[in-house]
Amino acid sequence: MYRIAKKKKLTAAVTQMEIEAPLVAKKAQPGQFIILRVDENGERIPLTIAGFNREEGTVKIIFQIVGSTTAMLAEKEEGDFIQDFVGPLGVATETKDLKKVCVIGGGVGCAIALPVAEELTACGASVTSIIGFRNSENVILRDEFSESSERLILMTDDGSCAERGNVADALRKLLENGEKFDRIIAIGPLIMMKSVVAAAKPYGIPVTVSMNPIMIDGTGMCGGCRLTLIQNGKKVTKFACVDGPDFDGYEVDFDEAMARSGSYRSFEKREREKNCRLFGAKAN
Amino acid sequence: MAIQPQKHTMPTQSPAIRQKNFKEVSLGYTAKIAVEEAERCLNCKNKPCVDGCPVNIDIPDFISCIKRGDFEAAYKIISCSSSLPAVCGRVCPQESQCEMHCTLGVRFEPVAIGRLERFVADWHNENSKKEPEKPKSKNISVAVIGSGPAGLTCAGDLAKKGYNVTVFEALHSAGGVLVYGIPEFRLPKTIVEKEIKTLSSLGVKIETDVVIGKTLTIDELFENGFEAVFVGSGAGLPKFMGIEGEGLNGVYSANEFLTRINLMKAYKPDSHTPIRCGKKVLVVGGGNVAMDAARCAKRLGANVSIVYRRTENELPARKEEIEHAKEEGIEFIFLTSPTEILGDENGNVTGMVCREMMLSKAEDGKRSRPVPLYDSEFVIPADCVIMALGTSPNPLIRNTTQGLETKEWGGIIVNDDGETSRNGVYAGGDAVTGAATVILAMGAGKQAASAIDRYLTEKHS
Repeated sequence: MYRIAKKKKLTAAVTQMEIEAPLVAKKAQPGQFIILRVDENGERIPLTIAGFNREEGTVKIIFQIVGSTTAMLAEKEEGDFIQDFVGPLGVATETKDLKKVCVIGGGVGCAIALPVAEELTACGASVTSIIGFRNSENVILRDEFSESSERLILMTDDGSCAERGNVADALRKLLENGEKFDRIIAIGPLIMMKSVVAAAKPYGIPVTVSMNPIMIDGTGMCGGCRLTLIQNGKKVTKFACVDGPDFDGYEVDFDEAMARSGSYRSFEKREREKNCRLFGAKAN
Repeated sequence: MAIQPQKHTMPTQSPAIRQKNFKEVSLGYTAKIAVEEAERCLNCKNKPCVDGCPVNIDIPDFISCIKRGDFEAAYKIISCSSSLPAVCGRVCPQESQCEMHCTLGVRFEPVAIGRLERFVADWHNENSKKEPEKPKSKNISVAVIGSGPAGLTCAGDLAKKGYNVTVFEALHSAGGVLVYGIPEFRLPKTIVEKEIKTLSSLGVKIETDVVIGKTLTIDELFENGFEAVFVGSGAGLPKFMGIEGEGLNGVYSANEFLTRINLMKAYKPDSHTPIRCGKKVLVVGGGNVAMDAARCAKRLGANVSIVYRRTENELPARKEEIEHAKEEGIEFIFLTSPTEILGDENGNVTGMVCREMMLSKAEDGKRSRPVPLYDSEFVIPADCVIMALGTSPNPLIRNTTQGLETKEWGGIIVNDDGETSRNGVYAGGDAVTGAATVILAMGAGKQAASAIDRYLTEKHS
């Protein structure tokens, strides 16, 4: 059992928790993920690590309510315990030797992008962060990004806060104005990462994307997290849990990944509705 | 008295009923049937059956105990050699091991050794309240990675010798493939739990939620005071065919399909883990895992066919599983191999393109090779395809353990004792051999346990 040391609501649907897991905290690196189960009947879900405190032995997770598990997790309070918390899994984000990087976060993906930006800044890289949200109510981690980036560009889809548009629009504008980067690291919804790749392509800037497919064990056993890469014109199957979660954005078959991510949508919807009835419509 | 030529039949749930539930199919011998079956054993002096057993259980000896009704004595004999008798009695391929060598088998059906083993283990679990005695501790710690059959056997043997054993398990419950792979109806999970409890009372500690190679490395285990390590991390990533359409929704590896059902209990209404088992399921492959996946899908209400590229004679699954699958109404499509999986505009499976195969002549003792027939493509409509094609070893340990030599395909290289290229590190089971059977993994765990004992005894002398 793993204790929830701290809990903070970032927005109506997004919660931040620090979980006591000393072994995981000791090893965690930006870009890696954990697998958790809320209770004995719970499903195993992967969440990318949003931060860690090695001294206190805690790992930070930030999650949005999307299904029954995240809804149940959001109901837990400080001092409560969750059943399982395993990690750190996956390969850490490659930050070595990068001088000038554009870190892009979309929605709750910003939670994962932040430690990457922090790590890069700590290593002496110049970081431009572009973070995007649906509207002003969904904005998270703005101050933290501002602190860990040389420049921060905030976008909202509806323009209710800062600039109107999406993160790919902002990136395109920078690149059109002659901005150069060693690498772009994009973390967020699949459609967002796909459009970031499209925006970067004409300039040939390497793009790293963080994939968060459906997983069960997360340790290289079930194969549920597989995705298709196109390498030298050939389709290659890779597993996000052991080969990723970071991949070369130019190689990822996003359309397939998007179709696969919706595999259990009707089940999730049903479970969520069941939960809403249980918890009084909190899970919207 | 004339010998009964056939084995005593195993009482089972009727196919019509069992294909709708996940309860155990085989109900087990009663004491009366067990004694009668034991009477069939000739008690040969040369004991050919023992050589056929990967863990060398003294089979005629335990059967003699059954004959005279001393079931606890029979259990003691089995447990000298096997840490998991209730499991082996259920999942071992006896027809190609002990029973294949049975003298009686020359003229009649062999003695039902597997069923007798299961009877003895179940009898013990139900009737014996005695907890195994905890041996005197040697104060030497050994780490075992993985709580599947190899790891549990190795841990049990070492604990019996007085070592302080800690088993590290990546998943949230112990048992490895016995829990995530083999379905409830073939191996009830309460039985696995009982076997694990027996190990705990021997002093074995089990740490779940620890992924060796990630949470801790093998080097850190040594730094933390473990003096030897056994790697029984099991089979790894599932293999796919590399054909078009394997990324469609509704295509599962057997590992994922079975894990959702067995480990995560997706078939139960209170489980939060979803499963997408369609109305028409195709399982590709012919091993035990293929049978398990097919029979699970059947129990979830699907119409199921197994697609296999060779013929019935080459099916690698246990005979009993094949028979049970057939009885449950699972269709077998032989000499057929997929070339593409078809999907609709939403990325959901709609069918599988297959072609017919023929078997070329077997050469040099190898299995006969299936070759495709020209222009023989046809489509089988389906909304779910399960690939049961085997696995390749997990990369996490070899990637994080310097000096641990592996074969090109990833299997850990060991000598006859299970010793790896790293001092004090031993390995066995699927991590070494690639996907094989429970009992072979147990044999490897057993062998490694005695090698570890020799190594540590020498080290401390």
